[in-house]
Amino acid sequence: MLEIKNLQAGVEGKAILKGIDLSINAGEVHAIMGPNGSGKSTLAQVLAGREGYEITDGSVRYNGEDLLDLGPEERVREGFFLAFQYPVEIPGVNTTYFLRAAVNALREHRGEAELSAVEFLKLMREKIQLLELDESLLKRSVNEGFSGGEKKRAEILQMALLDPKFAVLDETDSGLDIDALKVVAGGVNHLKRADNAQLVITHYQRLLDYIVPDHVHVLVDGRIVKSGPKELALELEERGYDWIIEEQSA
Amino acid sequence: MVAPAHMNAEDAVDRLLAALPGSDAAGRARFAELGFPTPRDEDWRFTPVKPITELNFSAAPVDADATLEGCVFAAIDGPQLVFVNGHYSEALSQVGEVPAGVEVRPMSAGDCPAPPAPEDAFGALNAATVTDGPFISVADNVHFESPVRVYYLSTGRNGATANVRGYIRAGANSQVTVLESWTGKQAGYFNNATTELHAADNAQVEHVKFQDEHTGAFHVGGLHTALGRDARVAHHSLALGGRIARNNLRAHLNGTGIEAVLNGLYLPRAGQLIDHHMVVHHAQPHCDSHEYFNGILDDDSRAVFHGRIHVHKGADKTDAKQTNKNLLLSDSATIDTKPQLEIYADDVKCTHGATIGQMNAEQIFYLRARGLDEESARRMIMHAFAGEIVERIQCEAAREELDRLVWDRLEQMGGHVAA
Repeated sequence: MLEIKNLQAGVEGKAILKGIDLSINAGEVHAIMGPNGSGKSTLAQVLAGREGYEITDGSVRYNGEDLLDLGPEERVREGFFLAFQYPVEIPGVNTTYFLRAAVNALREHRGEAELSAVEFLKLMREKIQLLELDESLLKRSVNEGFSGGEKKRAEILQMALLDPKFAVLDETDSGLDIDALKVVAGGVNHLKRADNAQLVITHYQRLLDYIVPDHVHVLVDGRIVKSGPKELALELEERGYDWIIEEQSA
Repeated sequence: MVAPAHMNAEDAVDRLLAALPGSDAAGRARFAELGFPTPRDEDWRFTPVKPITELNFSAAPVDADATLEGCVFAAIDGPQLVFVNGHYSEALSQVGEVPAGVEVRPMSAGDCPAPPAPEDAFGALNAATVTDGPFISVADNVHFESPVRVYYLSTGRNGATANVRGYIRAGANSQVTVLESWTGKQAGYFNNATTELHAADNAQVEHVKFQDEHTGAFHVGGLHTALGRDARVAHHSLALGGRIARNNLRAHLNGTGIEAVLNGLYLPRAGQLIDHHMVVHHAQPHCDSHEYFNGILDDDSRAVFHGRIHVHKGADKTDAKQTNKNLLLSDSATIDTKPQLEIYADDVKCTHGATIGQMNAEQIFYLRARGLDEESARRMIMHAFAGEIVERIQCEAAREELDRLVWDRLEQMGGHVAA
C-alpha cells in the first residue's frame, strides 16, 4: 500500500530525514518510535504534503501512485489521512460546517452525492459516540478552546468520518490521560480493517498496549535503525534508546 | 465617468457653510472656529480629510424617487424610518403600531434633548446644520421585541452633503434593538452623522450599524453612548463602504455593573480607507467592556483602528478586553492600529492586543489535509475571520442576513496565501 524508498528531506538546507525505507501492506499496523528530534513528525508532515520541506531524494509510492506528486487535499481524496500532533485552532470556523465540507469534498471526488445537513448530522452522531465526544463541541469553532484530550479525540472523529485507507497518527497519545488514551485507541482499533493500514508515531510505548502493532520501527537521526515485532516496543520502554544508538555507532 | 475638479481645501469651511442652510449662528461659528483636522492632529494622523474638504459641497436634496430596493433587513418585521439624503421620507417609512411607551419618529416631528458638546469640526458641523434623523425612545420597563430599522439612503453625488442626527433612548429595565443601514448610489456624496445612545439603568440595547456606502462616497459617523448602572449594550459596526469612512465611537460607562460590547468588522477594498476611532471611559467599578474589531483588507486599501480604554480613578474591578485583528490579502494594503490603555485605578483587569497578518498557512494546511482545496480553505478562513464578529450579533434575522452578505462580499475579494 505504501512504499517509502530512501526518503530524504529537510528544511532550509538542514537534512532531517536521511534515507527512510519503509513498506506497509494493507491490513497492517506499523509503529514508529524514536527519541525527540529523530524526525518522526517530519516524516508525518512530509507524507501529508506540508509545504516548506525539501524532498532531496527518494520516493513514496502509495497504491502505485507517486504520493509526493499530489497536493495535500489530493492525498486525502485518495484515502490518506494524518491525525495531527498539534491540531490547529481555527476560530470562527464551525466544527460541523468544516467536517461536512470535508466529507462532501471527499464524496464529490468519489462521484457520490453530497450529504445534506440532516444526513451528515446522522452520520456524525454515530461517530461521536465512538469517541465519547460531547456533541456541544460540534457547535464550537474548530479545535478552539478544546482540551488536549478533546483535540486528539476530534482528530480521530475526523478519521472516522473520512474513513481513510491509510492513516498516520502523529503522537496522538501525547498529553492524554489513560482514560482518554483508551477511548482514542478504541476508536482507532474500531476503524481497523483488512483493507486499510495505519502508521502510529509515538514517543511512548504505552499507546502500543492499546493499539497493537504488527511491526515496530525505531527512528534515530532521520533513519530507521531497527525494526522488529511488537516486543521491540517493550524493550525500548525498558532500556530506552541509548543501546540502539550505541549498537549503531559500534 | 469624469472625475470632478477638486475644489480648494482651504476655504472648505466657508463653502460648506454657504452650501448648508441653518440659523444656528453660534454653532456655525463654532464649526468655523474648530476648522477641519489636519494630519498633525493625533486623532486624524492616519486619515486625511483632504478628499472631503476638496468636495464641491451642496446641500443633499430631497429626493422623492428613492427606493429601498436591495436594502438589507427587508424581511424583518418592525417599524422602519427612512431618511433620503438626510431628509425624512414619509412615503418609505413605516412605523405602524408600537406598544405604549415606545416612540419611533423623525427628530423633526417633536422635541429632542440637545446634543453633547462637539469634540471636533465634524461634530460641530453636524450640530449646526443637522436636517433630521431618527428619534427612538423606549420607556422604563418596556421590552420592545421588534427591531427598529433605520435606513439612510443617499442619491446625491459630488459633494452632496447631509448632516443627520440620531437619538436612541432606552429607559430603565427596557430593551430595544436598532438596525441601521447606510447605502448610496453614486460616488462623491458626504454623510456626516451622529448618533446618541442613552441606556438607562439595567437597560438592554443592541445597535447594529451596517455601513455599505458607495465606495466613492464619504462617511463620518459618531456614536456617543452614555450607559447607566447594569446596562447591557452591544454595538456592532459592519463597515464595508466609503472611500473614506470614519467611525468615532465614544462609550461612557457611568454606572456600576455595565456590560458594553463594541464589535466591528471592516472590509476595505481598492481605494477605500475605513477608520474606527474608539474611546471607552470606565468611570465606575465592576464594569466589563469588550472591544473586538476584525478587518480584512484587500488591494491598496487602508484601515485605521484606534482604541483607547480609559479607566478612571475609582473604577476598580474593571474588566476591559480589546482586540484588533487584521488580515491583509494584498501586499499593498495598509493597516494602522493603535490600541491604548490609560489606567488610573488599581484593581483592574485590562488586556489589549493587535495582530496583523496574512492568511495563516498552518490553518490552510490543516484544512487541505482534510480534503478541502486551497481556494475553499482560504475562503473558509476569511469567512471565519469575519464570522467571529458577525456571530456576536444577537438579533438572529439580522445576523443571518449580514452573515450571507459578508460572505458574498468576501467572495469578491482576492487574497494570497502566505507561505
